Amino acid sequence: MDVKKIALVLLLLLSVIFIAGCTGTDSDVGTPTATATAAPEGTNTAANPELLRIATTTSLDNTGLLEALQERFEKDHDVTLQIIAAGTGKALEYGQRGDVDVLMVHDRSREDTFIDDGYGINRRGIAYNYFMIVGPESDPAGIAGMTPEDALTAIYTTAETNPDVVFISRGDSSGTHAKEQAIWTSAGYDYETEVEGAGDWYVEGGQGMGATLNHANEKFAYTLSDSGTYLSYKTELDLVPLVDEGDSLLNVYSAMQINPEMFDYVNSEMAREWINFLITPETQEFIGGFGVDEYGQPLFFESRGNFEVMGITQAEAEVPISA
Amino acid sequence: MNEIIDGFITAVILIVTLDPEVYEIAFRSIYITLTATIIASVISIPIAMYLAFHDFRGKMSLVNLIHTLYALPTVLIGLLVFLLLSRKGPLGFFGLLFTPGAMIIGQVILIIPILVGLTYSALTSLDPVVKDTIISLGADYLQFVMSILREVRFVIYAAIAMAFGRAISEVGAAIIIGGNIKGSTRVLTTAISLETSMGNIEFSMALGIILLFIALIVNFVMTAIRRGG
Repeated sequence: MDVKKIALVLLLLLSVIFIAGCTGTDSDVGTPTATATAAPEGTNTAANPELLRIATTTSLDNTGLLEALQERFEKDHDVTLQIIAAGTGKALEYGQRGDVDVLMVHDRSREDTFIDDGYGINRRGIAYNYFMIVGPESDPAGIAGMTPEDALTAIYTTAETNPDVVFISRGDSSGTHAKEQAIWTSAGYDYETEVEGAGDWYVEGGQGMGATLNHANEKFAYTLSDSGTYLSYKTELDLVPLVDEGDSLLNVYSAMQINPEMFDYVNSEMAREWINFLITPETQEFIGGFGVDEYGQPLFFESRGNFEVMGITQAEAEVPISA
Repeated sequence: MNEIIDGFITAVILIVTLDPEVYEIAFRSIYITLTATIIASVISIPIAMYLAFHDFRGKMSLVNLIHTLYALPTVLIGLLVFLLLSRKGPLGFFGLLFTPGAMIIGQVILIIPILVGLTYSALTSLDPVVKDTIISLGADYLQFVMSILREVRFVIYAAIAMAFGRAISEVGAAIIIGGNIKGSTRVLTTAISLETSMGNIEFSMALGIILLFIALIVNFVMTAIRRGG
């Protein structure tokens, strides 16, 4: 009978896959059939205290820092971190929907709103670095050494006559995109009416930081990048940093918990442990030294001892969250 | 050109040296898609049979709708399932978002129209004489169903293979619903997308070759069954 034969083949295939799935290191792979048939236990964060979901900006993820921190944290804690790399905007949206336990983002003003609205608690500054405007070595708009505001103005005005001048925006409401908008605004432009759709020279890429750098590289274009991602991608790129000084280029990364009073199933306890882990002197030292061997300079600076530079209080940088 | 050749060589090395991450991602892809394909088949084939052998008002509109849904954009399914399964969504209390289970649900929704539509077409194009013969030979309902299915089995296999192929190769819904979490919901397509964006071309190519290889095996199995049958 054919049906039997097929059933046999399917059964064999299934069992092979099941065995493969079960011997994997991941606890989640073994259970999706149960979850697919709508059994609530198994993948529920609340029912599974050893699971911690983190929504993060792509810059922290693309540099490999988060993966390194994950390994260190998981070694000492009975927990599996699940890292969802999105722009800051998307991460905040996940937070507002209660789909994650921790946010790691970099957009002070939107973070403030998020906390004021009651979604986030216990923010700690965990690291900082600087944004930079990178572009082709030929620098067709001649922005090298300018202030960020002057540089964007120069790009804007030269682009009208010089087709070689192209600027690629993240265009994804990430923290980097927010910073870019802030610089446009302080340069005197209305972002929505004057910059967006200003012409073919202004490209909204809609991708993460690493992908945007690759995009800019392909098009010999300018873009705004955090220094960490730029440095970790540098060997693949022909782009050079052209503007890297100016107060508006400060880039502060924060971690915060999702408010358990808002969403009672979030893994509040492990979220607290994770954030406290991030601000311990040992982790801070690790963050400050991350990438030095490979890139010759740190991708991130530690927040410990640098709260003044970061514009936050000492408590926001160094005091562990209490239970 | 060198980049492509180097990438290909590294990809082959990653594959033959059984790089654990490459295989973990590949197995997860197969696991999720195979589960989804089985669930979708179990749901779809009875629906197709009901449609083929029963008449009711609005049936043709429904069939047209199913054919239209072949082209359902995967990101739209991603959005829909995201909204349903997110904590604030109607099914949020299951806590399924960003799990393999959620991805299976997305794929099931994606391929049901294909399975229903193709099976329905096969059943309706069946020579009515065959149907009459089976009935006239005194078959009961179950025997009738089994005989009909036996007549159109090759088309159903092909439909299942096609559905599997569409599900395993899609990226839009997978990234929205699964979140591309390493070790949990990262599958071949989302991993290729990420690794390419990070400039890890070799790794992407290894995953791409495996994806192609899986398609090849599915085809091979289907052909073998057809020959054997």
